[in-house]
Amino acid sequence: MSAAVERVAADNRTVLGFWIYLMTDCILFASLFAMYAVLRGNTNGGAGGRELFDMPYALAETIILLTSSFACGMMMVALQSQRKQAVQLWLVVTLLLGASFVGLELHEFQHLVTTGDSWRRSGFLSSYFVLVGTHGLHITVGLLWGVVLMWQLISRGFKGNITKRLTLFSMFWHFLDVIWIFIFSIVYLWGHVL
Amino acid sequence: MSELKFTPPRVSVQTYVGAFVGCLALTLFAYGAATSHLHRNVVLAVVGGLAVVQCSLQLLQFLHLGEERGPRFRLAAFLMMLSLLLILVIGSIWIMDNLNYRMTPQQMNRYLQGQNGL
Repeated sequence: MSAAVERVAADNRTVLGFWIYLMTDCILFASLFAMYAVLRGNTNGGAGGRELFDMPYALAETIILLTSSFACGMMMVALQSQRKQAVQLWLVVTLLLGASFVGLELHEFQHLVTTGDSWRRSGFLSSYFVLVGTHGLHITVGLLWGVVLMWQLISRGFKGNITKRLTLFSMFWHFLDVIWIFIFSIVYLWGHVL
Repeated sequence: MSELKFTPPRVSVQTYVGAFVGCLALTLFAYGAATSHLHRNVVLAVVGGLAVVQCSLQLLQFLHLGEERGPRFRLAAFLMMLSLLLILVIGSIWIMDNLNYRMTPQQMNRYLQGQNGL
């Protein structure tokens, strides 16, 4: 096989491998959801979801992350037609929205901790912070990854393997929004009525 | 010699715009249901259902699940994950709920049944 064909075959294997990694990450989040489901009612005499969660705030976070996932999709469309400026612009939009999401989430966490409702308060809060915090950590690592990709785009353009890297990044980013759908629905929306 | 380039799946603006608008609508519907005065079980079912629909929409349109031809490795991996996930989550909740019931003294059981139900 020629070197170029081998390169493409290797890239395809990498994409499949990354997809399989995302599937294992789903199992990780599933176990955290199961833990949350079990500890949901263990508020140790303290506040539960109904009292603690700010609904419009959670909705804002959700819409921001959804828009970020959409921007990432638009980046891939621009990548398809090799429009470098558009790719960079959409990547910046994706990362800015992602950073806003993390900022809002950290603000929410800080508020909970300073009012005494930290992860130490109850089993419910422990499981909440671990589940939502793990997702937030994934987003944060994704933001760092995105910044590195941005740097590579600026310094080397479309040379090298940036296409594969951006493909992997976009898979990761879309996956995180899928996980958030369930966090929003099960933790915040269900938490508001249960 | 032309250099072969790695090509990700073909995508179009319409795909993403359509999915984005759909997901936005599903999110707002779910939010509306949860903050309304509908009965609790109705809200749980509606929100849960909408979450599954939105998840499917994002999996199909954003993550291109099912679009591969030839040996469908991605789909196979996804179905395997889904099976494991259901066993893990449903199994854990079932077992822990059962354990909770068995570990609760009978007096407490009757008391709790009068509260939010066991």
